[in-house]
Amino acid sequence: MDPTKKTLQPYVTGSSVLAIKYNEGIIVAADTLGSYGSLARFTDLQRMSKVTNHTLIGGSGDISDLQQIQKTVESLILENTGFKKDEEPLTPKEIQQYISRVMYNRRSRFDPLWNHIIVAGYQNNESFLGAVDIFGTFYEDNTIASGFGAYFAQPLLRKGYKEDLTKDEAIDLIKTCLKVLFYRDARTINKFQIAEVSEGGITISDPFELETHWEIADWQEGHL
Amino acid sequence: MENYEQSFNYENCLRNEELTKQGYEKKKQRKTGTTIAGIIFKDGVVLGADTRATEGYIVADGNCEKIHRISDYIYCCGAGTSADTENTTALISSKLELMRLTTGREPRVQNALTLLKQYLYHYHGYVSAALVLGGVDFKGPHLHMIHPHGSTSTLPFLTMGSGSLAAMAVFEAEYKTDLDEESAKNLVHKAITAGIFNDLGSGGNVDLCVMKFQNTQFFRNFDKPNKRKFSRINAYRFPKGTTQFLEEKVTLLRKNLVIENLDKNNNNNDNDNNDNNDNNDL
Repeated sequence: MDPTKKTLQPYVTGSSVLAIKYNEGIIVAADTLGSYGSLARFTDLQRMSKVTNHTLIGGSGDISDLQQIQKTVESLILENTGFKKDEEPLTPKEIQQYISRVMYNRRSRFDPLWNHIIVAGYQNNESFLGAVDIFGTFYEDNTIASGFGAYFAQPLLRKGYKEDLTKDEAIDLIKTCLKVLFYRDARTINKFQIAEVSEGGITISDPFELETHWEIADWQEGHL
Repeated sequence: MENYEQSFNYENCLRNEELTKQGYEKKKQRKTGTTIAGIIFKDGVVLGADTRATEGYIVADGNCEKIHRISDYIYCCGAGTSADTENTTALISSKLELMRLTTGREPRVQNALTLLKQYLYHYHGYVSAALVLGGVDFKGPHLHMIHPHGSTSTLPFLTMGSGSLAAMAVFEAEYKTDLDEESAKNLVHKAITAGIFNDLGSGGNVDLCVMKFQNTQFFRNFDKPNKRKFSRINAYRFPKGTTQFLEEKVTLLRKNLVIENLDKNNNNNDNDNNDNNDNNDL
């Protein structure tokens, strides 16, 4: 247990990741910023990645740890890939459970992977949306939000969620949440990616911008 | 008006440092359990608040009032230490009334704002009161937020307290300028509800206060989204005979004395008493 080799603080960090289930799959979204404290260091990061044809993982928190997790999951998938074509190595839930075990083991050694991971998958006509936090706590829900998203986006996602949500409604709701986060979270930029996890597979969109309104700044007439 | 002669007093700083070295933990500012919000709409201001008062993790009062009256047309929501918000708003309310008498004018929102911010700054954040001040005066509707250290902000929509992020999310998503009264009330109600259900420090019912020019409506418990699902049977009513008794004594209460006619010359037009001359005993 070498104290000089333990994680004490995160360095390059990603902010929120949001996800919501809709009637035929899951929508996941994140911005593309890697902050170095208060510096907007990397503005074109991919914080969501496809691990199998049916599962996507996204993460907030330390970027180097996120990349480590992506590598670990990748090698896990490889070890479990058989020679049968179109056979899925692992279900989304199994991937979540594996990540949870890894996270819990690390925290028990006081050397955590400083992340909050979202696991989203669509297999056998069933959606799976879950998350794993820095301690290894795992849970599933219809709406997930990590980082600041938990405070700003989760209330809006919970209010807007319903059983038969359509894809367009889900995307509108997610975009509203991303906008609110851009207004109120100081560690974000106006550059986002949305991923769709559904029957047809996983598609991660190109980065896009959202329209924001700052005229309210004109509203304040001087200082009292 | 207020003369703050004595400002900084560093006497206890050395003592505090010594205490910290000896291992005494500095008292932490507790996060406040509240959602308060305000918006400006077409005709005025709407303020909203939840009704939960907490002592640590316990709900001390499930239905307290967080919207305080500063004047008939100026109201203030308070988050933070309850004693601080109540006493600060009461103090400034009485100062404002005195100001009305000295100036002969209806007090303005900015009068209340200046008194509050100067008072809080003087105590450098130790008076833990985070306020949302709103009102309508002859200059129009006003909405301000005041932080415990004494800084103020002016915006068309504001939230404070631990549930402020949930409420602000609703405002950022749905606020528009020049809303009508019903939409404004619904929006504030939605924001407070978001705080009540998504923040553990907030809960209970939704209070609203709608202020238009020379016209204030205070909706205590505008909505009660947390009603008990069962009705409590009067569990403390025990039938007579549950407690056995040995003796029973019944005492009638005396009849009250009624003075029928108070005559200055002591001439009792007492119909019962015909002896008017002799005894003046009453």
